Amino acid sequence: MADQALRKAPLAGRHGGSSGARVTPADPATRLALRAGPDAIGTLSLAFGLELPQRPKTSASVSGRHALWLGPDEWLLIDENGADLMGIASGVSALHSATDVSHRNTAILVSGPDAAAAIAAACPLDLGKSVFPVGAAARTVLGKIEIVLLRTGEEDYRVECWRSFSSYAFGMLVEGAEDAGL
Amino acid sequence: MLLIYCPYCEEERSELEFRHGGDAHIARPTNMADISDEEFQEFFFLRDNPKGLIFERWRHIHGCGRFFNAARDTVSDKFYMSYKAGEPKPDIPGVTTATEKTVETYEATEGTAK
Repeated sequence: MADQALRKAPLAGRHGGSSGARVTPADPATRLALRAGPDAIGTLSLAFGLELPQRPKTSASVSGRHALWLGPDEWLLIDENGADLMGIASGVSALHSATDVSHRNTAILVSGPDAAAAIAAACPLDLGKSVFPVGAAARTVLGKIEIVLLRTGEEDYRVECWRSFSSYAFGMLVEGAEDAGL
Repeated sequence: MLLIYCPYCEEERSELEFRHGGDAHIARPTNMADISDEEFQEFFFLRDNPKGLIFERWRHIHGCGRFFNAARDTVSDKFYMSYKAGEPKPDIPGVTTATEKTVETYEATEGTAK
């Protein structure tokens, strides 16, 4: 018997999509659910090294670290380089609430000319360029689950979902990608 | 698909992202310990269930997560407007609140039926 449990990514080895939209599991990242009032935004922005967005559906990104606006006092922070976000948050004395959700969430990357169509197969959000430009982010639904969607490029999207729902999300996006390619 | 305007996200989003939260503008008694059981029942359980204009709480649970208030028509399902929680009940031009005179109540139509 193994002495040590091996960590296995929830979507390890999965791949799918179509010629128009690739669907791939994202690399592990650290994530933070951050809540803070208006007085703490400045201090927190300084600590995390990026301006916490204050407009709906916007995000800020600096070298692999993203801050996504989820609500008027709520953000999702993602660091693709695995930086210790909790450590940074614990050094801030301004009143805030930070919860490490690195292992609660996992992400799926959808990219290609049909990426928007693949997501729209199950997501009611308007992904048009004028209302959901590059850098736009929103919490919404994908089929029967809740996701956080971030548009990272013209044809690139990052779908954040809870890890226990990830196989459903992945399957849904692969179906959408195949349908979009027809 | 029904679109609902979220005053916090400042745009119309799909009804799939929202959850209903019951009547809005229900004032909680300040002297909760002193009121009678009947008064508590009136506050806690009894709602008007009007036909036509109603002010309700809604929550953008799969979006920004915030509660807000909305004016809706219970017959046509049309959302007249929505506004942030804590703001006063607005006037909806051209729409009047249903009264006992405009609604066919059971007492008026079937009250004498045996």
